Amino acid sequence: MTRRVRLLVMAVGGTGLAALLVAACFDLPRFGGDQHPYGDRVVRASLARHTANTIASVNFDQRAFDTLGEMSILFASVLGTVVLLRQTRDEHRAAPEPEQVALPVRRYALLVLPVAVLTGLYVIAHGQLSPGGGFQGGVVVATALHLLYLGADYRALERIRPVGSYEVADALAASAYLVLGLAGLVAGTAFLADFLPYGTFNTLSSGGTVPLLNAAIGMEVACAVVVLLANFLDQAVEIEKEGET
Amino acid sequence: MHHLLPVLVAVPLLGATLLVTAGRHLPRAAAETVGCLFAAGTAALAIALLLNSSPPMTDWVGGWTPEGGESVGIVLVGDGPGLGMAALASLLTVAALAYSWHYFDEPPRRHAGSFPALMLLFQGGMCGFAIAGDLFDAFVFFELMSVVAYALTGHRVEEPKAVQGALSFGVLNSLGAYAMLMGIGLLYARTGELAMTKIGEGLDRHGSPDALTLAAFALVLTGLLVKAAAVPFHFWLPDAHAVAPTPVCMLLSGVMVELGAYGVWRVYRTVFSGPGGIPASDLEHALVVLGALTGLVGAVMCWYQRHIKRLLAYSTVAHMGLFLIGIGALSPEADDGVALYILSHAGVKAALFACTGALLDRYGSVDEHALHGRARELRGVAVLYVAGALSLAGLPPFGIGLGKAVLEEAVGGPLTVLFVAVSAVTAGAVLRVAARVFFGLGPRPDDESSYETTGKKEEPETRSRLSRVPDTMTAVPAVLLVLSLAMGAVPGFAAAVGHAVSGRAAPAPHWTLIGVLLGLTSTLLALGLATLAATRPKLLGDGAWTAPLRRLQSGHIGDYVAWMLAGTTLLAALALPTILNG
Amino acid sequence: MSVLPYLVAAWVFLVGCYGLATSRNLIHAVGCLAVCQSATYVLLLAVGYRDGATAPVFSDLKPGSRPVVDPVVQALALTDVVVGATVTAVLLALVLQISKLHGTVDPDELSELRG
Repeated sequence: MTRRVRLLVMAVGGTGLAALLVAACFDLPRFGGDQHPYGDRVVRASLARHTANTIASVNFDQRAFDTLGEMSILFASVLGTVVLLRQTRDEHRAAPEPEQVALPVRRYALLVLPVAVLTGLYVIAHGQLSPGGGFQGGVVVATALHLLYLGADYRALERIRPVGSYEVADALAASAYLVLGLAGLVAGTAFLADFLPYGTFNTLSSGGTVPLLNAAIGMEVACAVVVLLANFLDQAVEIEKEGET
Repeated sequence: MHHLLPVLVAVPLLGATLLVTAGRHLPRAAAETVGCLFAAGTAALAIALLLNSSPPMTDWVGGWTPEGGESVGIVLVGDGPGLGMAALASLLTVAALAYSWHYFDEPPRRHAGSFPALMLLFQGGMCGFAIAGDLFDAFVFFELMSVVAYALTGHRVEEPKAVQGALSFGVLNSLGAYAMLMGIGLLYARTGELAMTKIGEGLDRHGSPDALTLAAFALVLTGLLVKAAAVPFHFWLPDAHAVAPTPVCMLLSGVMVELGAYGVWRVYRTVFSGPGGIPASDLEHALVVLGALTGLVGAVMCWYQRHIKRLLAYSTVAHMGLFLIGIGALSPEADDGVALYILSHAGVKAALFACTGALLDRYGSVDEHALHGRARELRGVAVLYVAGALSLAGLPPFGIGLGKAVLEEAVGGPLTVLFVAVSAVTAGAVLRVAARVFFGLGPRPDDESSYETTGKKEEPETRSRLSRVPDTMTAVPAVLLVLSLAMGAVPGFAAAVGHAVSGRAAPAPHWTLIGVLLGLTSTLLALGLATLAATRPKLLGDGAWTAPLRRLQSGHIGDYVAWMLAGTTLLAALALPTILNG
Repeated sequence: MSVLPYLVAAWVFLVGCYGLATSRNLIHAVGCLAVCQSATYVLLLAVGYRDGATAPVFSDLKPGSRPVVDPVVQALALTDVVVGATVTAVLLALVLQISKLHGTVDPDELSELRG
């Protein structure tokens, strides 16, 4: 198809879709309206189970099955990326060169790194209490480790990041989520049921299985992001085509 | 029993995590065995649940059973159609893993478990989608199966075609999924619910349908129809199926695409079928138009392919059109017919892909012209190929024939001609391939080609070209064909399918004289077309008139996206009368 | 003005589609796909908003003292973000291989699959 024809088809389709969407927008309930029946029920259920962060209660208790699917997507995409970016027959790995880093950058990165990791762990640990949780904290932890790449060089990063172990940890965290779900079934109620005591409201141990599932997700996300980034960074830094140096 | 519904998803996912954990130290054979065991265990569970699915089960995950009719949890639905699709997906996964057993290309270094793990994740995603009773949950598992499918399609990363096809597949399906999510957002805004039945009730409470209902309907169906490869959403399918590894093709063509059609059925039935939704006549109108278009385009494009996997892919497109027409009929008889049709089509199509994979691994080509007369020695594969082609045409007593006969009776009228024509042309194309490749019939076709994709110079999927076709590669298609024969020939089977799908609303599906005659007609037509095409190719013309149609399949992501938008608009326009009258 | 947030979502979705259809670079196309997805975040969060409401987190808020926004859409948006990020990763990995094997990331120059 020529560009012209494509634009024509696009114009027809886009205009139709635009008209449809705009018409639908005018039929939507008023922005900021008060009708949120599901939301109200969720807040009640979350408080009844002593989970202060309602969103964590939705993610790890009320709609924990969605999170199972979501975690599996992350797990699958890590595995898929590992497979898609594997070293092919005509490629080889070159050891990365040591790099000089400007001293202020080096100092700042190495200073911030532990703080950032700690912040990430805090965000994970307080998932059921304050905004944040396994997903958000996991990403913070994983990216914090990469400050070492900025502050030192790729070889330093590789030393603290054995990709194989992270892959295994990723899989173990994912299976921990599944095993916790099956434990709910075995404990007598249902898959992914919250079978532990709910604890005292607004403390670290409140919410029953919520903190455990949250921790599993935190570990899974941290490891998954490390492996994902490692695969892309390897392509940029290490993997070369045969014949190139 | 209903507590075991989520386990259907958990078992394959657990298998995948196990394979990744242990895959670094497991030898390949062990990893593949573990993969097969988990897939087979899930299949057994799905069948056990299916046998207990009357009356249908529901399970609230996490034990959030409704109080006062309302719940905050996610509901899973274990009825005949849902568990049937889950069982089909699981059985085909077992077949695909058995087919790839040991011979499939070297796994990446220290990742022996990666291929079976991805297949298990795919299985988990398909099972999750099949039993989802919550619209957002359906979206999540829809995305899971999509993401795994992209990675599996691009698995052979040293093939330029493979990565291009996988990217088109990924972009189109993801865009479709986001359109679906926009629709879910609109439905949530209107009803404040996510469980499908609750959304349906909410729409009904609101009164007659308006622009929002129409937009939500068009957007949600866009996502599902992209997956179901309905024209004009279908462009990704031939590109992806032509390049995916054979075991993956078996799953993509056999069950993943059909899950899109199943999603249309499920979503319409539970969300839009009430007085606040889209009237049945409009859905029928939309699906019959899109289905007929899909059947015709698929059949024509199928006939003019020389790349055998692309040819099979277009035949899937054509048959999807027939499924959509059947779903649009909205009668219990048609549902029974579609269910039987999908089940046996899965077996037959997977078998045909499996045989084509054997050709690829033996000769390093899937080009009909280049392979002319070269596969004479593969007698077993030839028998399977011809049997598959004949059953695709609807030859009694194969299951496809029975499903199609029941469906033709249910939709009736002029559409019967379309059913016969589409099955005759697609089966004729496959028979023509068999006649040329396995029997060397007719003159050797000339090799010039300007625009189209040929199937020459393809890399085998095995470590090196096979000197003989291993037994697993012939046993798997043989078993699949026997099963699809049994679906039509064993009297109790069709009745059981009918019972699981439509309960007692329809008489058990059975052979009728007209059905047998129609099946024989399309088979004879297919045989005639194939003989004519192989021996007197000049008589049927060179297909120059299809050139504009073929140029639409340009491999260009931008074109495909433009067509998708046009498709959404078409879908909305077809259902528009509701709003104007309402 | 109360429909403006919804119209923004529709606009973002359409702009992403336009970008996808006219893209001359596959990395840009994957980016456009992410733009289309952002439309779903905007729509979901707009749908869940409630006038004068705060975040549904009760660690420093007495339950019932203030209205809170709909927590369901926030959880859905979180799921959506993760899905989007992972899909983008897989698609970018495919683009990387395309650029290695085809030597280009311009969709107009990819001609392996046609007809």
